[in-house]
Amino acid sequence: MTASSDVDATDETELDDADADERAADPDATGRPAEPLLEVDSLTKSFGGIDALNGVTFDVTAGMLTGLIGPNGAGKSTTFNVISGVFPPDSGTVRFGGEDVTGLAPNETASRGLVRTFQMAREFRNMTVLENLMVAPKAQVGETAWRSVLPGARGAVSDQEEEVFERAWSMLEFFDIDHLALENAGNLSGGQRKLLELARALMLDPEMLLLDEPFAGVNPSLESKLLERIETLRDRGQTFLLVEHDMDLIMEHCERVIVMHQGRTLVTGTPEEVQSQEEVVEAYLGGNVA
Amino acid sequence: MSDDATAGGPVEARLPAWAADYWANDLVKIGATLAAVYAVYLVIGALLGYDLSGQLNSLRRLTFLIVLYSIAALVVNLHWGYSGLFNIGVVGFMATGVYTTTMLSRPLQGQNPTGTLPGLGLPFPVAVVGGVLAAAAVGYVAALPSLRLRDDYFAIVTLAFAEIIRITVKASELQEFTVFGVTLGTGGGRGIRTYPNPVDEFFAGPGQPVVEAVSALGVDGSLVAGWAFVLVLVVLLAGVYLLITRLAESPFGRVLKAIRDDEQATLGLAKDTASFKIRAFIVGCAVLGLLGIVWQGSQGYVSPSLFIPQLTFFIWIAVIVGGAGSNTGSIVGTILFVGVVYLGPDYLRRLVEEYVSLSGSVPTFPGAVGALAGGDPQGVLLYTLDQTSTLRVVLTGVFLVWLLRTNPDGLFGDRREIASSIDLEDRVERRRARGDADGQEGGGSE
Amino acid sequence: MITYIPAIAQPPHVLSSVVDRVQRRTRLGKHGWAVLGVAFGVVLLLDLVRRLLSGDLTVALLVGYLWNGLTYGLVIGLAGVGLSLTYDLLEFANFAHGDYITVSAFVGWGAAYLIAGFGRFDPGSLFFLGVGGTLYPGDVGVSVTTAPVAILGGLVVAAAAGAVVAVTLDRVVYRSMRGMDAISLLIASIGVAFVLRYLTIYVFTQQAFGLTVSAWTYGVALPGGTVNVSAPTLLLVASSLAAMAGVHLLLTRTKLGKAMRAMAANRSLARVTGIPSERVILATWLIGGALAGLAGFMIALLQGTITYQIGWTLLLLVFAGVIMGGIGSVYGAIVGGVLIGLITRVSLVWIPASFTEAMGFLIMILILLTRPQGLFGGETA
Ligand SMILES: Nc1ncnc2c1ncn2[C@@H]1O[C@H](COP(=O)(O)OP(=O)(O)OP(=O)(O)O)[C@@H](O)[C@H]1O
Ligand SMILES: [Mg+2]
Repeated sequence: MTASSDVDATDETELDDADADERAADPDATGRPAEPLLEVDSLTKSFGGIDALNGVTFDVTAGMLTGLIGPNGAGKSTTFNVISGVFPPDSGTVRFGGEDVTGLAPNETASRGLVRTFQMAREFRNMTVLENLMVAPKAQVGETAWRSVLPGARGAVSDQEEEVFERAWSMLEFFDIDHLALENAGNLSGGQRKLLELARALMLDPEMLLLDEPFAGVNPSLESKLLERIETLRDRGQTFLLVEHDMDLIMEHCERVIVMHQGRTLVTGTPEEVQSQEEVVEAYLGGNVA
Repeated sequence: MSDDATAGGPVEARLPAWAADYWANDLVKIGATLAAVYAVYLVIGALLGYDLSGQLNSLRRLTFLIVLYSIAALVVNLHWGYSGLFNIGVVGFMATGVYTTTMLSRPLQGQNPTGTLPGLGLPFPVAVVGGVLAAAAVGYVAALPSLRLRDDYFAIVTLAFAEIIRITVKASELQEFTVFGVTLGTGGGRGIRTYPNPVDEFFAGPGQPVVEAVSALGVDGSLVAGWAFVLVLVVLLAGVYLLITRLAESPFGRVLKAIRDDEQATLGLAKDTASFKIRAFIVGCAVLGLLGIVWQGSQGYVSPSLFIPQLTFFIWIAVIVGGAGSNTGSIVGTILFVGVVYLGPDYLRRLVEEYVSLSGSVPTFPGAVGALAGGDPQGVLLYTLDQTSTLRVVLTGVFLVWLLRTNPDGLFGDRREIASSIDLEDRVERRRARGDADGQEGGGSE
Repeated sequence: MITYIPAIAQPPHVLSSVVDRVQRRTRLGKHGWAVLGVAFGVVLLLDLVRRLLSGDLTVALLVGYLWNGLTYGLVIGLAGVGLSLTYDLLEFANFAHGDYITVSAFVGWGAAYLIAGFGRFDPGSLFFLGVGGTLYPGDVGVSVTTAPVAILGGLVVAAAAGAVVAVTLDRVVYRSMRGMDAISLLIASIGVAFVLRYLTIYVFTQQAFGLTVSAWTYGVALPGGTVNVSAPTLLLVASSLAAMAGVHLLLTRTKLGKAMRAMAANRSLARVTGIPSERVILATWLIGGALAGLAGFMIALLQGTITYQIGWTLLLLVFAGVIMGGIGSVYGAIVGGVLIGLITRVSLVWIPASFTEAMGFLIMILILLTRPQGLFGGETA
């Protein structure tokens, strides 16, 4: 298998023409100065007295790979949860593509093209790996109950199933888990589950991906392959926000970095700018977590 | 009772290789189980000295119950096994279907035979559609707000709904009432006469010659209509089976499966999970409505006391025996449930009465215990034989608890039914074969 | 790395109730719902006043409803304590709880009959309440005023029977299933419920037994009529209050009670530290079963009859009370039960008697949808 054929495979967008149009209308494509795709403003969120978020503000520019870093418990995952709508913020706003999406349910943010993965992989454990991927594509004809049942309408469903299968298969091949296609996802190793989740998110062909430590437990050679893939997709206009603890990785691959500490955004800037900030060093080395 | 080596683990593991191959086919599984239960009942019938009519009637009743319970079990499997909706108000939706159809189809005031309740006088097919839609609508009302509740709360809500429906049809205020100048009613606690069974009507009218021909062969003529109705129900079951397996093996069913595994992650994939769940729930409720119409409705008379939780309980047992999540399992489970647990005790009683000479009767429990204390165990046996239909439920409960502890997945619960409208196993195989041919020189991905 | 389990991954608690969803859409806010509810209540109250003033409803009738509601509600509340505690502690809805009520009520009344008719009738007939027509209530003549010892004895035996039934079933069924998912336990409890219910039928048939002869009644004269306060209802109120006081003392004064409360307050911590110990579980079943027994005996006393369905018909209302009061809260269960009793009875002002129970269920559904943590619970902990 070759890298180019893989990319082609994910690039097939028969299923989500609407998405493709949206992307074409992206500011980047029209050549105007890049506007922020995701704008997060003064988010707060507390859980029974614990302030998990306490003023999170940042922008993510379209077509960029942005890193989100911070020590354990800084609130990175919570930020993802609030952005994607797992729970609404106590205050603050989230705008995506210029639209206010604060507090929208996860399926609504996802259908607007803002898709996230979870820190602890959430595979569908009683389904095969292949099914896991095939769930994801948007607006499948066969999701309408009667079309899947009525004799006349089923042809269209099966046809699309073939397409979805082809896409899923290419994805599996790229992620090197095609030999597990018919395995129950629950039987996969931790690293394989993370791969599966990333692959599943990519099946949605999202405009923006929020990745919560996607490489945890993934072997290094696959990791660099994934990064390569992410960069290719980025070059094609997809946007990434990446939570990662490996500083070298962040500094090497991200164009911008957001640093969080104790529920706040500390600084935002290029890797070089961020690295030189004293606050950041302090946040990591100073008197934070016990 | 039946020779099922099946009760206690994956069936395949216990079969010789040649049989396991056949067993792989779903229809074979169902057919083989059914044949085994039939054989046992024929033997019992022979032991009881049944003639041909007796045997045919015994099998008719067996099949009738298996088919009806199977339909219900398939719905419970769609709700629980596929959608994770813990519906323990099954009877409520059946009651909604049959009561609505009855009230819609009963003759208008003035045309109704004296002593029976009037209705809206709609043609029967329209009334059936009305009953099905009413059950679906009640399902919608019950589920719409409750979808996000956790399973046990959802269960309580469905049970409460079933009780509210039973209370409603039982209410004396609705026994007979008039709205917009039309008089109709539920019959209240007294119940209501339903509608004529079209199959019976056919054989009483144009089909009469068939009945006569069969009678001429020395077989009870009333079996013709009975078996014909069972065959109609079998067709209905086939339709429901097709409907539910197609739903399950489709992108729709795939999303349901995903929701069952992890609803939050499914939401994250831009699926409106509530909408999927509610559609699955409504489809099931509509089928339950139809089931009530053909089941309780076919008996000529319904009353609120038919729709007690015991029926729901039995349906659930059938599903748990087979293993939630598998349609084939639901049907095999139902066959075993009806054959062994539901009808078994009664036939056992008849066998005992046939072969053990017992005399006298003991009408009360203290009487039985008194006799036992006096050194006569026969009293307890006599009393118990009278109470088989009660003890059947007790045994079912014990059996259920035992099953949950030893075999919570049921017979087929661990079975993988891949959700796709195409054969994915086949596609994967072909892909792999192609990959092997292409990648002679490159390292395989194994 | 600190790994925590996000709220969402915890046992499928309410992901977010409908209110949350509507809130997301409409931004109506929690208070909006509260305001709506209160407004509805105010309208009903105003209508009540209007009816009283216009004479549609007499004071006597209303007070009668309230008194009936209170007595009925106390029974529901007592029965609810056990359900609530075990629901919280073992994390499953025990659908067999209603049938604990039934079984212990039968045993308690059998004992009461034995005491009342001792020496005069065959003990077998007495204990089995004259099933099959060997004995009638008029023969034995039990009532609170004519045979107080029998009634009190029966009450004690019913409580003991409830405790024994609850503990036995825990030993036989639930103990080996600890740690299984809530739904398996729930289904098992349905199995247990049917076993108990149909064993009751096996012994007592489906007959409805009259239990008592009429007892002393005091008529309270009020505008528009008299309200009858009967001896059984007075006994019921007195013994309910006594039982509640007992439970209160137990929970606040004894070490065991404190352990139970600590566990209710912080279940996840308790689980980590190795509690719920079997000892606490045992105590919970004992107390809950005993209170269910008391409730069973008294609901039969209140109605004057008993059937195999007596507990089952009560069960959904008990659930309603428990959910209203907040699962895990002893006092909540009692208050919730009393509220359910009052609501179902006072709703007679507006709706026909056939639907009063349905009213209770409807209220429960509304609570589940809007405040699944109960009326008095804080945020779901
Ligand atoms: N659902 C929740 N309930 C209660 N507290 C929570 C919840 N989610 C997060 N928290 C708390 O909020 C704080 C921020 O947690 P969060 O998971 O967002 O940090 P993080 O930056 O992702 O850390 P890590 O690098 O370890 O993943 C922590 O103190 C955590 O315990
Ligand atoms: Mg995190």
